[in-house]
Amino acid sequence: MAITLSGDQALPGPPLSSRLTPAQVWGILLLAPYLLVFLAFVVYPVCYGLWLARAPANYVALYNDPIFARAAVNTLIFLVIGINIKMLIALFLSGFFAQQRTWIKWLSVIFILPWAVPSIPTILSVRFMLNPEWGVINHLIFSFTGDDGPNWLNDPTVALTMAIGVHIWKSLPFWTLILITGRLAIPHDLFEAAEVDGASWWQKFRFITWPSMQTLYVTCTLLSMIWTLGDFNSVYLLTGGGPADLTHVLSTLGIRYLRLDQLSLAMASIVVAMPLVLPLVYFMMKRLSR
Amino acid sequence: MKLPTLREVGNEAKLLLIGIPVFIWTMIPIYHMFLFAISPKEDAFSGKLWPDHPTLHNFHIVFYQEHYFLRDFWIQFWNSTVIALSAGALTLFIATAAAFSISRLKVPGGRWVMNLALFTYFIPAAFLAVPMYRTMGNYGLLNNHWSLILAMVTIASPYAIWVLKQASDKLPVELDEAATMDGATTLQLFRLVYVPLMMPSLVAIGTYAVLLAWNEYLYAFLLLSKDTNITLPVALGNFLAADDSPWELLMTTGFIYALPPAAIYYAFKRYMVGGLTAGAVKS
Repeated sequence: MAITLSGDQALPGPPLSSRLTPAQVWGILLLAPYLLVFLAFVVYPVCYGLWLARAPANYVALYNDPIFARAAVNTLIFLVIGINIKMLIALFLSGFFAQQRTWIKWLSVIFILPWAVPSIPTILSVRFMLNPEWGVINHLIFSFTGDDGPNWLNDPTVALTMAIGVHIWKSLPFWTLILITGRLAIPHDLFEAAEVDGASWWQKFRFITWPSMQTLYVTCTLLSMIWTLGDFNSVYLLTGGGPADLTHVLSTLGIRYLRLDQLSLAMASIVVAMPLVLPLVYFMMKRLSR
Repeated sequence: MKLPTLREVGNEAKLLLIGIPVFIWTMIPIYHMFLFAISPKEDAFSGKLWPDHPTLHNFHIVFYQEHYFLRDFWIQFWNSTVIALSAGALTLFIATAAAFSISRLKVPGGRWVMNLALFTYFIPAAFLAVPMYRTMGNYGLLNNHWSLILAMVTIASPYAIWVLKQASDKLPVELDEAATMDGATTLQLFRLVYVPLMMPSLVAIGTYAVLLAWNEYLYAFLLLSKDTNITLPVALGNFLAADDSPWELLMTTGFIYALPPAAIYYAFKRYMVGGLTAGAVKS
């Protein structure tokens, strides 16, 4: 127990070691490994990177690089269209998977697969399916119509659409799973009461399901935005940023500059994304750390 | 036995109308990978939905490294395994210690560290990759397995700490008090009370960290580049760079590479789904 003296503020405090309980010393020791990792691999790299990207010339160069402008637009398309389509499908499918049927249980086990298997072999698999000469899709098109199918990844719009498709394929199961948990948390008697009153499925969705899931849905959408910004694989493995560097997004663009040994441009392209990322991060932190 | 009513049949049909496309959509890339893996070279590119002569020969070629693209297959498999397990173990150690410290010992500033950790969790991994690549060079760790292990620990720890802290907070304080009354030291409290009680969360987090490292492509691709130190996903990516790649062997290797995580996922599904859904979004 500390002895309280009057005027104790004026005296120099006791040494740190005597003010801490043994448990607190252990606490600091046990926290130290993470703090070291955080300082060495987050704080130092980020500060160093910001320092490298400090010159305004970098931002002028970025602004003048047409590939950057294209990547920024692609990123927005990815975020606005891709994520909303994905989340709406996830919302719809969460209703489907919440049905109590044995076969739906089994299907849900299979449905998780895209999320459970690593992305590289499956994305390469899609890439081969879309191969214009020997891909299975163009084989099928040829056998049905007798015409050659399109060169899927040669048109930037089509290629970007395919990359969004791959992204949806990969991350849909996760979000569906989260939204199923949200749905199952809604008290069942609300639906029973609504059914007695003769509500249609749309009314049930509109007045029971949606109000209870709205917050969860918005949180998921925002979190998905952050993660999608970091989705390198869907674009890089499917299109490599091509054709003619027209399908890059910000996460592949940074790596592209890095591979070209333009580290300050790479950092600058990330700094430019920060006004978009930081509000999202702030919001998520507020939601999660309360 | 009761015959289903017309309405029930209609409902079932509606559900099937959703279920069948969902099944096809989910399986296409995976089935296509499998199809290539069991097809001889001449069947693989024919566009058939089932090969005329299904074979396991491709697996034989991969396992016995009979193609020059696959020279280092087992070394790369070993690299992937060692890196994933090391990253998993290290993440588990660091995150458990931190969560215990923050939640049970109420270390001063602990909450602050939690928020910093959460902040890292939300920074897109591809954005952190750029500065991290350069500093790994500064540390002299490029092309060393430690670079990838430490990068994976950096990425996995924040989420791990956060999930473990949420779980720790639910443990009753009385347990700690009782153990302390019985004369347990802090370390004994950690080892004999805390860790056993946290087992389900620890399994979930360990699995998460191992899978994250096993599946990682971007960091592996940036940090490792020698044929003998790269991991399987990087080796798969390198196939793409060649014009004359044996795609059926690439897909076979990819299939082999995808099996362990799928198996682990299903083995630990109970823990994973609970941990992830509880952790990812708090509603």
